[in-house]
Parts: sequence; C-alpha cells; structure tokens
Amino acid sequence: MDLRFAIQLGIIGLTFFMLVNASALLVLAERKIMGFMQQRYGPYLVGPHGVLQPLADILKLLFKEELRPKGADKWLFTLAPIISVTAAFAAFAAVPWGAETTLFGLLDTPVKLGASDINVGVLVVFAITSMGVYGIVLAGWSSNSKYSLLGGLRSSAQMISYELAYATTLASVVMLAGSLSLREVVDAQAGAWWGFIPRWYLFLQPAGFIIYVIAGVAETNRAPFDFPEAEQELVAGYNTEYSSVRFALFPQAEYINMATMSAVATDLYLGGWHGVPFLTALGLGWLVFLAKVGVLLFTYIWVRWTVPRYRYDQLMQFGWKWLFPASVINLIVTAALMLALHA
Amino acid sequence: MPDTLLFYVLSGVAIVASALVIGQRNPMYSIMLLIVSFGALAGLYITLDAPFVAVAQIIVYAGAIMVLFLFVVMLLNAPQEDAAEWDRTHPLRRPGMARVGALLAGLLIIQLAWALMRVSALVEAPVAGRGDAAAISSVRALGRVLFTDYLFAFEATSILILVAMVGAVVLARREADR
Amino acid sequence: MIPLSHYLIVSAALFAIGTAGVFLRRNLITILLSVEIMLNAVNLTFVAFGRSQGTVDGQIITFFVMTVAAAEAAVGLAIVIALFRHRESLNPDAFTSLKW
Repeated sequence: MDLRFAIQLGIIGLTFFMLVNASALLVLAERKIMGFMQQRYGPYLVGPHGVLQPLADILKLLFKEELRPKGADKWLFTLAPIISVTAAFAAFAAVPWGAETTLFGLLDTPVKLGASDINVGVLVVFAITSMGVYGIVLAGWSSNSKYSLLGGLRSSAQMISYELAYATTLASVVMLAGSLSLREVVDAQAGAWWGFIPRWYLFLQPAGFIIYVIAGVAETNRAPFDFPEAEQELVAGYNTEYSSVRFALFPQAEYINMATMSAVATDLYLGGWHGVPFLTALGLGWLVFLAKVGVLLFTYIWVRWTVPRYRYDQLMQFGWKWLFPASVINLIVTAALMLALHA
Repeated sequence: MPDTLLFYVLSGVAIVASALVIGQRNPMYSIMLLIVSFGALAGLYITLDAPFVAVAQIIVYAGAIMVLFLFVVMLLNAPQEDAAEWDRTHPLRRPGMARVGALLAGLLIIQLAWALMRVSALVEAPVAGRGDAAAISSVRALGRVLFTDYLFAFEATSILILVAMVGAVVLARREADR
Repeated sequence: MIPLSHYLIVSAALFAIGTAGVFLRRNLITILLSVEIMLNAVNLTFVAFGRSQGTVDGQIITFFVMTVAAAEAAVGLAIVIALFRHRESLNPDAFTSLKW
C-alpha cells in the first residue's frame, strides 16, 4: 500500500472521528451554554467541570433495555435510526474541510483535505441530507403511536417545504462561483477586496446567508422549528417509543447534521479555510475552518435557547409565504446584477 | 473488471427491488424498496457518465416524490388487510389467465433480449465508446444545451408544473372549504 | 466494457415489472408506484442511448421526464386523497359508479 493511499484513508478516518466526537462535544456544549444562559452551572459532576458528561450519557444509554412497542413494525422500527445516522455521516463525505496540502513536505503532490472530492459536491450534500427525512418519518410511522406519527408527518411536511428555500439559495451561490464543486466554491472566495475585506460570499449574499441559516435550522429540526419533537405537544415526537442505543442515534444524527449544515455554510458563505493569510500559508487553514464552524454551531445553540417555538401553521406560512419568495427574489437579483456587471 | 461487476450488482439490485415493490402488500415497504431501486438506478447513471442526472434522481425521486407518497400513505393510514382479498379476487389472478399472461410475458422478454443481442452495433461496441466522457458529464455543457436547444420545452415544463400545483391544491381540498 | 444492449435489457425488465404492477396490483398507491418504475425504465434508456451517441440530449430528456413524473405524482396523489375521502378505500374496483 503506497503512502498516498494510506494518507487518503487516514483523512477519511479522521473526518469520521471528528464527526463522532463533534456530536459528543455538541451535547456537552449545548448543556453548558444552556446552563450559562439560565444562570446555572449545567453538568458539573462527571470529570472536571463536567466535561466527561457525554461519556456518562452514552454509557447509561448502552446499559438500558431495548424496548419495542407491541404493534410496531419490526423492520422499519430498527431501520429508522440507522437511516438517520447513516445519512448524517454520509452527507459530510462530500464536504471539504481544508486546502490542498503536502503535509509539511511529506508528499510530492498535494493531497486534498476532505473525505472525497466530487464535481457536483453541493448537490450531493443536498441529496444525502434530504434522505435523512426518511429516518424521522419511518420512526414516526413504525412506532405505532399517535405522538410519533404526528411527529413524523410534521417532519416530512416541514423538510419538504424548507428544502425549496434551501436549494434556491444554494443556486445563487453556485451561480456566483460558476461551479458545483464545494472546493471550487471555497477557492473562489480566496483573497480580499481592497486588501482588507475578505472575498466571502457572505458580503455578496447577505440575504442568502440569512435564508440559508434559517432553512438549515428548520432542516435539522432545531428550535425554534423543532416541531417533530415538540415536547409540550407530542411528548417527544417521532422518538417517543425509542430507548437505549436506538434512541441515542437520533440526537447523534441531529448533532452531526448541525455540524454538516455549519460546515457547508462555512464553505459556501464564509470562505472555508481562507481568511487568515498567515495560517493558510503555513498549511493550517483547517484551523480557520474549524473556528468558523464552531462560531456557527454556537449560534445554533444560542438561537435554540433564546427563541420560543413557532406554532405549526406559522411555520408553514413563514416557509412558503416569506422564506421561499425571499430566496427566489435573491436568486433573480443576483442573476440580474451578474448580467449587468458583466455586460 | 470492477466496472462490469458494478453494473451487474446495480442492475441486479434495481430489478430485484422493483420486483419486490409490486410483490408486496404493505405500501410502506413498497415505497422503501422503490427508493432502493432508485438509488441503484442513480448508480447506473454514474456508470453512464451522467453524475448530474444521478444526483437529480436522488433529489427529485427519492428526496421529494417518494416523501410525498410516504406522506399520503401515512395520512390515509392505507388499509393493507383488504389488499390480500382484492388480490385473490382479481380476474388476472385466475389460474388460466395467469398462466397465459405469464407465458406471453416470458416470451416477450426472451424475444426482446434475443433481438437486442442480435444487433451487432448494440452488442459489440461498449456504451461509453463515443464522445468525450468529461464533456458529457459536465454540468456546464448540459446547461448550455438545456437553455438553448430545449428552451421552449423547458418553459413549457414550468407551465406544466404550475398547472399541476394548482390542480393538486384544488383536488385535495376538502368540500367544506369551498 | 458493457455494451448498450445490457442497459436496454435492464430497462426492458424494469418496464415489464412496472407494467405487471399496474395490471396486477389492486392498490391505487402501488399502481402509481408502478408507473414511476416504468418512467424510470424509460429514463435509463434515454441516458444510455445519449451516452452511446456521445451527446447530452438523453440526459436533458430525462429531466423533462422527471418533471412530468413529479407533476403526475402530485396530481395523482391528490386524486387518490379525494377518492379515499369518498369511498374509504384504495381499491380501483371500488370506483365503478360510472360503469354499467
């Protein structure tokens, strides 16, 4: 096995490892930040300042009994969490997270940091993310419980509605960059205007970025759009009947989806690993990337513990009557400006 | 030959999953199996140097149309016990009819395969023989042809979608809302 | 390498399965699913022929077929919902009021 192949495998393994740990870290971060916002400590007992809490959570869930309701559909009930978590991991496979690097001169030709390099990467991420809805819908249907079913129904309607706005904003960025490859979109954002404003699409597409983030929150079923699991109305929504490891897979999929959404937003709008020239020159651009993803993930958690949940009809109204038209107008304005400035 | 193996595995999955779709009483399972079949077809499109069609297949069919089907099955809570009864009483399921039909279908498939294998232009040349793979798989080339040669069809499709949308809303509305 | 005819045979098999589904199944939703299988079989033929001719036209026809399939599914499912409200059944044999 030659060195290059081994390193490529290592990068794929590292991506997987980062994602698995991202979900554990996010659980801790969510509880700590929530505690801070509510003026309490959050988890504090396991390890120094409670940093080993995710480990304790996982161990506890592993030792629980796996229950399956009597009328549940045996196959689909087992399959649903697997689909959720597989789709979440697979979506990240098309996301690049670092520039081409020779690993400080170890290799003759540079290797690309990211699990794969696909020339229609933007669409692949979108396609695989949209598969994730099946996990939630099937969990809701196969549990044979009215709360789960309502959660599943809500989730399918919500994700289809918000995918439209999401895809339309993606189209405006793709138009600007002239490529469907996430790596090329990132590299189109290198450098700076007048030497100090980075060439991020955030500054060309401010409305697009806001629409993307809102649709992203809705796609990952996070508050204020967490209708599939609205506690006050549906007990726990689609995962009411789940226990043990199967139950653990749903939040894990949700946290990984958050990480994917933030990573794609960083690639599309925040210049990916560009922005801090001396780190990029050292080959440490991925640190910049991780920092930007971290800021977005903090925003996710911040929004969740700040904004109250919408009402379900308000969610649909907002998606179809405001967000989708806004994204279409954004697309048309972008196209018109591009035509006017090129001509 | 990994390419050949890939083709046979993907087409095998597509055909078996599709056969199970119609050999299935539970519409929920049918939908899930059809998604598997669509995934295999997307793989076949990639072997044909059409990655954009493959991704569109996943986004449009598996990601949108099948969710719609799933949504309707869940909404109606479709009765599946009756289905077994219907299947037994169906005229095409009577022994005599079924035998003649199966025989004719088998003959048709054999004849079709025989005819396709006899045309040397189809059998001898590999499917990826002509044209440049990079040019065919490029989304840029696809877009250029779509928005020049096929512009009228493209615009007509948008009207079709509008009509379908209005039609679906009108049809699915409850009587009480009118 | 794989010849064009193999793709056509796969497509023919899928189309046959879809046709059988339309004739044999007694559930409106499964019938609509069978129609989707048939449309997909046709798509495969288009893409395979397009590839063998070295043009992108086959792929473009596929997009139009997908659009029509989406429209068909939306209208078809709306009709299914409307019919189910009247008869509480998905059996096509239940809707014979216009037959005599």
